[in-house]
Amino acid sequence: MPSKKDDVYGDHISNRFNDELLALKTRFLKMGGLVETQIESALKALAEGDGYLAEEIRANDRTVDRMEMDIDEEAMLIIARRQPTARDLRLVISVIRMVADLERVGDEAKKIAKFAIKLTEEGQAPQGYGEVRHIGAHVMAMLHDSLDAFARLDSEQALRVMKEDKRVDEEYQAAARTLLTFMMEDARNISRCMSVMWVLRSLERVGDHACNIAENVIFMVKGEDVRHSPMEEAERVVGR
Amino acid sequence: MSVISDTISSSMNPTVMKETKMPESDSTKAKIERPADTVIEEGKTVGIPFSDDPKFKLRDVNVFYGETRAIKNISLDIARNEVIAFIGPSGCGKSTFLRCLNRMNDSIESCRIKGSLLLDGQNIYDSKRDVVELRARVGMVFQKPNPFPKSIYDNVAYGPRIHGLANRKSDLDDIVENSLRKAGLWNEVRDRLDAMATGMSGGQQQRLCIARAIAVSPEVVLMDEPCSALDPIATARIEELIAELSESYTIVIVTHSMQQAARVSNRTAYFHLGHLVEVNDTSKVFTTPEHELTESYITGRFG
Repeated sequence: MPSKKDDVYGDHISNRFNDELLALKTRFLKMGGLVETQIESALKALAEGDGYLAEEIRANDRTVDRMEMDIDEEAMLIIARRQPTARDLRLVISVIRMVADLERVGDEAKKIAKFAIKLTEEGQAPQGYGEVRHIGAHVMAMLHDSLDAFARLDSEQALRVMKEDKRVDEEYQAAARTLLTFMMEDARNISRCMSVMWVLRSLERVGDHACNIAENVIFMVKGEDVRHSPMEEAERVVGR
Repeated sequence: MSVISDTISSSMNPTVMKETKMPESDSTKAKIERPADTVIEEGKTVGIPFSDDPKFKLRDVNVFYGETRAIKNISLDIARNEVIAFIGPSGCGKSTFLRCLNRMNDSIESCRIKGSLLLDGQNIYDSKRDVVELRARVGMVFQKPNPFPKSIYDNVAYGPRIHGLANRKSDLDDIVENSLRKAGLWNEVRDRLDAMATGMSGGQQQRLCIARAIAVSPEVVLMDEPCSALDPIATARIEELIAELSESYTIVIVTHSMQQAARVSNRTAYFHLGHLVEVNDTSKVFTTPEHELTESYITGRFG
């Protein structure tokens, strides 16, 4: 974390207000870090057939949920106490939105862990794992970059994350086609391939959430809402 | 227009000074972009200071108290039937500017006003202008409720009487009742119109002052921190009243409560050291202000 006086949220007359906003930011990033680890562990549990690790992820998800509620409450108290305006208001509103995205990413990690257990119990299913690894690495980078963009208030990086999302969607479509081919080849593959398909679906959703976080970063920095607008609009907002 | 000599003093806003000095580097990119124009240019107001349908058309207004220039080259339109809020730190000139609008500064010996101030196209400071008539058209409500030491009825009836607005007692009764109704006070005082106004609560007294101001059917109501001495309930009533009055009156309100400005006004004007820095739609000012100084003030970074 940067020192207080260097932070754009740390130069109010009220030092307590500074502390509250910086604490909100720090807590959010801490939750982001935990959620990143959850996804990473889930992919590891799947690749290595590690049932213990998968169980651990499901237990950790409760911590993620707890953090979501704590951050929401903190944000609500800041609104009640300080009536934030302008960039402070945009920070608080964005954190409330983004924390919901992080919690959903946590849920996706839990789902992947569930399939890791299922697939481990059923024996190895090598089909589709290459795709999982590839898309997994891609969306993890997106999630990391979106959180990094938040920490550094870097709207250009956020824009790059938004652009990556389209590529993930394409990769997901291609992977789904490959799995479909496996299933058509041999009907005995269907159950396992469907599990892998669900994992891919979860990963694709993680990409969407990273994209949502990136959109909120642009809103925080630029003050314009780029959700549901074409990419050119987001480019214009970031470029101005 | 000359580029202004007074920059912001460093004690006032250290962050601004820091930003202006900082060269282009990676660390600036990582921050929320701050507009480069943290220095005020005289006579230059960002946002939308002008209107197609102005009630007041104010151009290049300068106000001096002796040698001190309190208002520096301000140009602004106040639209018909809009609620405009003036905000800014103490001593920024917002009250001085408000008082120019109905010549309340006339009584101050050392005060000189320059520039063009038009009400419906007519010069407010025309030497032939009847100031009493002007103030009947442009009413005022002050920070502290100031009822006359008379009955509630006489307080409201005072204006209509001296302006000869009612010929018969029944007409006057109607004016008094209507004004008290509009001010949201009628139901509380209808049975005691003869009681002394000074015996009412602070919130009631302020609403009485509003009733008194609107009894002469003004076109504009100026309010100088009308709620600063009132409790939240009385404040909420006055804010309700402002919303209702805005249907038929132009309202200019000076307030130190940013939330109040956000709640009641259509446009917000931010004053700083005698300059008009920004005028924008209120919704914009409180979410994405254009000028760095506006942002610093409304987010509590100085003031």
